[in-house]
Amino acid sequence: MFKYIALRLFHSLFVLLGLSILIFFISRIMPGDPARVALGPLATEEQVQKLRVEMHLDKPFPVQYYFWLKSVLHGDLGRSLYTRRPVVTDLNEFLPATLELVLFSFLISLIFGQVTGVLAGYFRNSWFDGLSRMVSYIGVATPAFAVAIFLLLIFSHILGFTPAVGRISIALRPPPRVTGFIILDSLLAGQFKTALNGLKHIILPAASLAVAHIAQEGRVTRSSIVDNMQKDYVAAHVVHGIPTQSVMFKYLLKPSLIPTVSIMGLDFAFILANAFLVELVFMWPGFARYAVTVMLNKDLNAIVAVVLIVGVAFAIVNLIVDIVVSFLDPRIRLQRRGG
Amino acid sequence: MPKIEILSTVLSAKRVKLSKGWYKFSRNTLSVLGLITLIIIVLAAILAPYITPYPEHAGPYTNFRESGQPPNLKHLFGTDTVGRDVFSRVIFGYRFSLLLAVVVISLSVPPGIVLGLVAGYTRRRWLEVGIMRVTDIFLAVPPLVLALAITAMLSPKLLNQMMAISLMWWPWYSRLVYSITSSLRHEYFVHDAELTGARKGFILIRSILPNCVGPVLTKITLDMGFVITLGASLSFIGLGVQPPKPGLGTMVADGAKRLPAEWWMTIFPALAIVFVILSFNLIGDGLRDMFAVEEI
Repeated sequence: MFKYIALRLFHSLFVLLGLSILIFFISRIMPGDPARVALGPLATEEQVQKLRVEMHLDKPFPVQYYFWLKSVLHGDLGRSLYTRRPVVTDLNEFLPATLELVLFSFLISLIFGQVTGVLAGYFRNSWFDGLSRMVSYIGVATPAFAVAIFLLLIFSHILGFTPAVGRISIALRPPPRVTGFIILDSLLAGQFKTALNGLKHIILPAASLAVAHIAQEGRVTRSSIVDNMQKDYVAAHVVHGIPTQSVMFKYLLKPSLIPTVSIMGLDFAFILANAFLVELVFMWPGFARYAVTVMLNKDLNAIVAVVLIVGVAFAIVNLIVDIVVSFLDPRIRLQRRGG
Repeated sequence: MPKIEILSTVLSAKRVKLSKGWYKFSRNTLSVLGLITLIIIVLAAILAPYITPYPEHAGPYTNFRESGQPPNLKHLFGTDTVGRDVFSRVIFGYRFSLLLAVVVISLSVPPGIVLGLVAGYTRRRWLEVGIMRVTDIFLAVPPLVLALAITAMLSPKLLNQMMAISLMWWPWYSRLVYSITSSLRHEYFVHDAELTGARKGFILIRSILPNCVGPVLTKITLDMGFVITLGASLSFIGLGVQPPKPGLGTMVADGAKRLPAEWWMTIFPALAIVFVILSFNLIGDGLRDMFAVEEI
């Protein structure tokens, strides 16, 4: 087991290293001089030349990469050319808001996806199964920004259930920052009203991100439950007189979760990517909105950092997913041990 | 004479196979519905200059006297802030979306297939591992994020968007073809071909590639929808089709500022995107059943 995890960890590190080379390389072969972009059109040629030397732009690519990697490993991602602050400071400010949104939405899609999947599998070919099938077709086909706009129009503008934009109402004072998650922080500070307000703000963006994945996870769980139901061991349990519920939740659910859990890493990645769109619609002051801003401003240092952060988040989630799957499916971890 | 007979048998066998395939596909009502929708959309997009009521509205046209009109008989989807017919612009918007999808797929699928075949078939371990590790690197970040970054670093326009997405897309195909090839690698028919002294290229193309057709075609159909989503998303952010050209994502983004009062500027282009993606997905599902593809 330990060897398996170590192997996966090594693989993730390798992939991240490759990703950093790729993105760094692309950022350096782009037309345009990063030093000139940084200083603006008014700077003199001498100033630009000086910055070029400081940024190691006068040296060959591998040397540039070496210096860059060295500073990244020391926790320095360079200075944003747009906000004029260290990129790390920016990330520290914006990342928690996005993590809060993405994790919340991940949680929603997990719970609702499983429930729909199990119900649709159990009552297969019923009206509920048909409905969940319809919803999943539409859910998968609708881009996240369109879902966000539809939900915003219906629940916020027409029905008036939820506030349209932001993380909390302007009138409320944000809680003291501990984790950076507003709902968690206000609970910690005992401000229940603020927490409720934060919850109201997060529900629509989180739902917009979750819809497609509820649909997809529901379908995957359903088909895996239907597959497993036809296996002999389930028939054996039923014949032995074990109550249906017990068979469903104790013996059927665990193996049926494997395909769902395996796609979870990909799901998380897509939720994170779609946050780039949804945050724009709901004016969510997060990492993704920061990312889009720096991209529109061609802020090379920040763009490279953004891609790397997303890569790291994805790698961590994939690692967790692999470990969970190997717990659920003994065949995987035993096979690895043997091989 | 015998030659012609053989030829006609082969041809009729192919025809039978084709009609069987179509029979299987046509059992799925939703897929047929998707196919019909798609055909209508594609025809409308191709014939856009002739069938749209106001083709000149697809460009830098302004008529402030007719701006902001809700849907009516003259303007089915209403008009936008400068008085352009939203319906005409949506049809023209389909052109960019479909063009993007076709270009990306035709640029990224061939290299993906070749790399997957080579990695799956070769006996040289370093080549196999090398190709698949590079594939992993490209799949280490969601395609939207990397495509965004690359388009941003180049400059935002449709051509760069196409290049960025194509650069992201081949690894999915090399991974798919790799898994098929490496599982067929040790089948008897491949060994037989090797024993008769067939060249590697021949084996790859004649023995292994035909087995990839079903899964690859299915994936292409589903991916058309994905690429259109991705392109619309990039345009939505402002890194795609540039105004005054009518990109569907751009139109949604522009209209979103005027919600909820002038909802038609956003909702119709958004629905248009959903329709085209939905029809590709439905067709993909039908193909999946037809080829009996297990997982994609």
